[in-house]
Amino acid sequence: MEAFSELEGLVATLSRDDVDTDQIIPKQFLKRTGREGYGEACFFDWRYDASGRERPEFELNHPAYRGAEILLAGRNFGCGSSREHAVWALSQMGFRVVVAPTFADIFRTNALQNGLLPVALDDATCADLRQRAGRRDGYRLIVDLRAQEVRDREGRRASFHLEPFWRECLLAGLDPLGMALREEEAISGFERVRSPLLPTTRHRWE
Amino acid sequence: MEAQRTAYHKIWETHHVAGDPLQRMLMYVDLHLVHEVTSPQAFSGLRGAGRKVRRPDLTLAVMDHLVPTWERSRETPDPVGREQLRQLSENCTAAGIPLLDLYHRRQGIVHVVGPELGLTQPGMTVVCGDSHTSTHGAFGALAFGIGTSEVEQVLASQCLWQAPAPTLEVRVEGQLGQGVTAKDLALGIIREIGVAGGQGSIVEYSGSTVRGLSMEGRMTVCNMTIEAGARAGLVSPDQTTVAYLEGRPAVPRGHEFAAAAERWLSFASDPGATFDRRVHIDASQLAPFVTWGTNPSMSVPVGARIPELAELPSESAREAARRALDYMGLEEGTVIEDIAVHRVFIGSCTNGRLEDLRAAAAIAAGRRVSPKVRAMVVPGSGAVKRAAEEEGLDRIFREAGFEWLEAGCSMCLGMNPDTLAPGERCASTSNRNFEGRQGAGGRTHLVSPAMAAAAAVLGHFADVRQLEPADLGATALGR
Repeated sequence: MEAFSELEGLVATLSRDDVDTDQIIPKQFLKRTGREGYGEACFFDWRYDASGRERPEFELNHPAYRGAEILLAGRNFGCGSSREHAVWALSQMGFRVVVAPTFADIFRTNALQNGLLPVALDDATCADLRQRAGRRDGYRLIVDLRAQEVRDREGRRASFHLEPFWRECLLAGLDPLGMALREEEAISGFERVRSPLLPTTRHRWE
Repeated sequence: MEAQRTAYHKIWETHHVAGDPLQRMLMYVDLHLVHEVTSPQAFSGLRGAGRKVRRPDLTLAVMDHLVPTWERSRETPDPVGREQLRQLSENCTAAGIPLLDLYHRRQGIVHVVGPELGLTQPGMTVVCGDSHTSTHGAFGALAFGIGTSEVEQVLASQCLWQAPAPTLEVRVEGQLGQGVTAKDLALGIIREIGVAGGQGSIVEYSGSTVRGLSMEGRMTVCNMTIEAGARAGLVSPDQTTVAYLEGRPAVPRGHEFAAAAERWLSFASDPGATFDRRVHIDASQLAPFVTWGTNPSMSVPVGARIPELAELPSESAREAARRALDYMGLEEGTVIEDIAVHRVFIGSCTNGRLEDLRAAAAIAAGRRVSPKVRAMVVPGSGAVKRAAEEEGLDRIFREAGFEWLEAGCSMCLGMNPDTLAPGERCASTSNRNFEGRQGAGGRTHLVSPAMAAAAAVLGHFADVRQLEPADLGATALGR
């Protein structure tokens, strides 16, 4: 996993609630078998018209948001499908942090697995930040994971919380799979005492 | 004296491998279901790191998401999709994972197939790279969807790092009215608590109404738990669960069955177990629902109108409704029954089981699909298809003008050739009415199977309670 400690970046807003992962990355891009090349397809149907031109009315297409690394989103961001492609697409579009009042559970885990930091801030703080970033004058935020705080150059500060497990993983770039495999003895021990009544998939399914 | 515990807590405690169960623990996975779309990157990750699949015998792979629903002799049309299917075969062969491929008679939607084979049992932990894994909670299992990175972790370690979650009891009491189904109950719950109402929580569905549901109905309700944003949803195991499982291929037989059943029932929530939150639903107040918007909470009873924007409680709700209505090509205040449909889709892991097809067939029997509508029936699995054909449901559907197709996820998400064209409006028994879900520009209305069949024959939404269902008992069903 890519380590994350602190980032100062341009903030782009996506001001709507319940953005589902079907919108972040539509199904036609899920047939691929690699982890790369999803950035161009991020928000595909919102971002481009039928001829492939950018829709000027879509917030993230605003010239002031080019190069943004922090996405300021609405409530329940990333709901719906478990597709991790949504996280790959956001990361490959250039985002390192998503700030929102709440996140959908599976999306949040997927984001953390990929070093895309989900920062949950209350509604009022998000509304205030949205107003600042909505000026489209290059508004930037500093996201400090060690201090669990976001701040700007105007003196606005807000703290957020991330579970110690994920904080350690992100700060040190640790891989949860590697950490699981280090528990080999415990896993084998558990397997020895699992109920023999539990099913296996070794059948001639007919 | 031991405290009363919920089913979730019992499962949690019995799957602790390492770490702190109160903070974050390594949880053992009893069953890992795999499909073509979310697994290729996980397998290549393993290969890249020189890691092996730890328990192929606790893993089952199924081809379902992008398989065409036409005859299996015809090739999967797009080369990118074919490559994904090919990689799944190759990955399963290399790892020794059993695979139900396109040509296997047990092939079907992963969440229909697992329970059908008896692989999902009470007290188990079940994961899959698919959000509708919540379906398996109907058996009193802890079942949830995971992303590809976690698919890789489970393949390699058979474990996941998990934090304990708060519990939410959704207690449903009262009689569901005639023509009001488990799907309407699911939509009614989401309407009540919202698309983020279950966020972070494990839902347990309880109460006399839930006890009265068949396993199929419980699967429909648990399936849509994810649409309320919850991590997982489950129903405590009872005799209905035990009776469903008896005799299924992966279920023990003879005296072992009795031991297994006793073990299963021990996972039911203790009477008096406490939940962090509780919601009460009165089933007698529910009606057949139709969604009008672009998330599953945007629904109204079939006899109602689309809400006026002014009726909505907040500016953000009005803004979301405006956007949804614009996408759906609808006006506020429109009478639901005045909305005409072009397409009807009956199937999916929500409503693609035998009971669903029977309910739709009872409405289709002796009627004709409107000439303005194209209607498809996609059984949830090969086994569902064969069982339906034995009862003559295929004949009823075909005679009424429905297409009778091969099993798969199909137009629930339109990864195969079954998609809506831009602007097409569909009455769908699936689970998501998100923008573009069934095809870019397509407009999805979620309904129950009987309501979908009613829309097919009338060409617009209609209250299924006004249509006389055929009594299929004696004739076609042969029951």
